[in-house]
Amino acid sequence: MSLILSTILVLVSLGAAAAIILYFVSQKFKVEEDPRLEQVEGALPATNCGGCGFPGCSAFANELLKADEIGNLHCPVGGNEVMKQVAEILGKEVEEKDPFIAVVKCAGSIGVRQHFNVYDGAPNCSIATDLYSGERGCADGCVGLGECVDACDFDAMYMDEHTGLPVVIEDKCTACNACVNTCPKDIMALWPKGKKDRRIYVACVNEEKGGSARKECSMACSGCAKCADECKYDAITVENNLAKIDYDTCKLCGKCVVACDVRNIVADHFKPETLDKLATKRDARLEKEKEERIAARKAEKEAAKKAKEEGNTQTDKTEE
Amino acid sequence: MLSLLTKSLKRFHIGGIHPPENKLSEGAVIKDLELPKSVNIPISQHIGAPAKVVVERGDMVKVGQVIATHEGFVSSNIHASVSGKVGKIDKLMDSSGFKRVAINIRTKGDDWDESVDRTDTLIKDIPYSSEEIVKKIMEAGVVGQGGAAFPSHVKLTVPEGKHVDTLVVNGVECEPYLTADHRLMLEKPHEVMVGTQILMKSLGVKRAIIGIENNKRDAIDLMSEISNDYPGIEVEALKVQYPQGGEKQLIEAVLGKEVPSGGLPADVGVIVHNVGTIYSMYLAVQKNQPLVERVVTVTGSDVAKPSNLRVRIGTPVNELIYAAGGLPDNTGKVISGGPMMGKALNDITVPIAKATSGILMIPEEVSIREKVYPCVQCGKCISVCPMGLEPRLLMNLSIHKNHEEAKAEHAMDCLECGSCSYICPSNRPILDYIRMSKSKLKKMAS
Repeated sequence: MSLILSTILVLVSLGAAAAIILYFVSQKFKVEEDPRLEQVEGALPATNCGGCGFPGCSAFANELLKADEIGNLHCPVGGNEVMKQVAEILGKEVEEKDPFIAVVKCAGSIGVRQHFNVYDGAPNCSIATDLYSGERGCADGCVGLGECVDACDFDAMYMDEHTGLPVVIEDKCTACNACVNTCPKDIMALWPKGKKDRRIYVACVNEEKGGSARKECSMACSGCAKCADECKYDAITVENNLAKIDYDTCKLCGKCVVACDVRNIVADHFKPETLDKLATKRDARLEKEKEERIAARKAEKEAAKKAKEEGNTQTDKTEE
Repeated sequence: MLSLLTKSLKRFHIGGIHPPENKLSEGAVIKDLELPKSVNIPISQHIGAPAKVVVERGDMVKVGQVIATHEGFVSSNIHASVSGKVGKIDKLMDSSGFKRVAINIRTKGDDWDESVDRTDTLIKDIPYSSEEIVKKIMEAGVVGQGGAAFPSHVKLTVPEGKHVDTLVVNGVECEPYLTADHRLMLEKPHEVMVGTQILMKSLGVKRAIIGIENNKRDAIDLMSEISNDYPGIEVEALKVQYPQGGEKQLIEAVLGKEVPSGGLPADVGVIVHNVGTIYSMYLAVQKNQPLVERVVTVTGSDVAKPSNLRVRIGTPVNELIYAAGGLPDNTGKVISGGPMMGKALNDITVPIAKATSGILMIPEEVSIREKVYPCVQCGKCISVCPMGLEPRLLMNLSIHKNHEEAKAEHAMDCLECGSCSYICPSNRPILDYIRMSKSKLKKMAS
């Protein structure tokens, strides 16, 4: 009995002594921490995706505390709501930013790109890209091995079996940039989510000459610049045989979409009727322009004929 | 023969494997391939900057005429390999697997540049100075024909502060199937010897060792016999082991010296050149003949006539396949190079490049990669790695995109011999992942 009692006594006193020592030590070496840090970290979504440009939410919170101006810091996952909360905690100001979303800038699905060979190496886009130009035509297009899907922390992407291309699930995408950084072909891009989720972008990154690009992928941008001609706001530039839309200047009118021969300018969440209307309008306008051109040419010809005849009569007269 | 039994052969000591040798074309005498109707000569057949095109569409060129000049020091001249009219200069699929600029020439006759000596007479005198030799080799566009295609004149210019005392000639040909270097040593032994002397003179070294693996007894005997006429050149028989043809492995096997991690052979006073390269150097210096043709082994287990062909650079691969009896029906992959380090072609009309040592057709059932199983931590990859690395660890680091850590584990020392992937019982694509780390690290550095 005494053995048990002495054991308990010794252990309890040891514990008490240790607790006292620990208490004083913790008081002595206490790390002063801004109480707001915990609050800020609590407000952040704790996904540690790195979309803000910092390694994890904790590092971002530290950066937010340190920075004088937090206008240029942004958590793409939490968006404006979280940033507002953070600003309230810190007593600083943030601007409201347009939400972004990842888009796939390649329409080279299985059906439209020629299949040349079979790749049976490691199922990883970067490895295949380093090795050679790929299984299918168009060396710039999607490899289709889904490295972007693996990189996505939010399950916001999947590979479409039928097209062989990645698809972004709009509700889940947080625009964290992981897929954009991963894709070895640079076909993923962040795009403003847009009003009513509407956005327009060119789904092609091929910079080869029009003819050879089309040979390899029937959806390729040939750089014909019809879209750029149609754009009233100069939002489209054609460089290196590829049309590019500047999303800051784009007014989402949709006219370029119907101007594209292969309909490879993607217009998300546009009503088909709207686009159809635009297309018929454009066709009518083109038809009219054509008629005008024909008429002008006819008039020109006639004028020339007349002038010739007159000239002839004149020469006749002089001959006489 | 008795000495062979008593003396154990030299070899490198870290790792290594011994895949089936399959030297099917060993006995096939080197034959000239008929001139192709047209050639496509890529302007980037070497490590370094692509050459600059100096001809235009419609120009008439002679064999040996420069059609693209080197850009900077680490680059190489490109010469017309046939005579005729220059056609399209456009991007074209080549053996690298990518579309790159190539010059098309439509063949018309076989009209060589006047300065080239095309006779077979052996010229032993070397009246040139060291600088003249390097200049001639540079002008002739000679690059390493072992596989890496490193411009040879760069290797001949020893970096400042380094002293080279030995030249090692690589006659190992450790890749299974390939026999181009073997046949070259049998058919042009004196040329190789004189080429070696040229290099010795250029580098100012007194000693040269030709390393040949023991599965080429006839070449070892022949070269040893004639080496008596060439002072300073020794022939060393080596135990058959892959990848003995790797520069660092060969130096260790022949001289017992270890090249430091990230270093060059010059750090231990050695320069290594391949037999094929040396033959090209002989032609360049003694005969004024630029690198416009090379010996290519065309082989495979079901190929009708495994052969060694002397072909012009830029010849489409399918013409070589046709000369070897056509593409077997069961072919799964056509590989440029050997089975271990070669690269599968994605198109068999691609042109032969300066570094194409072989065209290998392998049957479908052999070529398909097998199902990948989880790593069982058996350590076989570690025991076969000739660089003493941990391939298993490097692969895992690469999968998790931890390339910095992979660099700390010396991923950049990997010579991509593929021994790890070959030996792995779980068929894991180890080398693929290490290569990804290497390329990402290279991108980060640049």
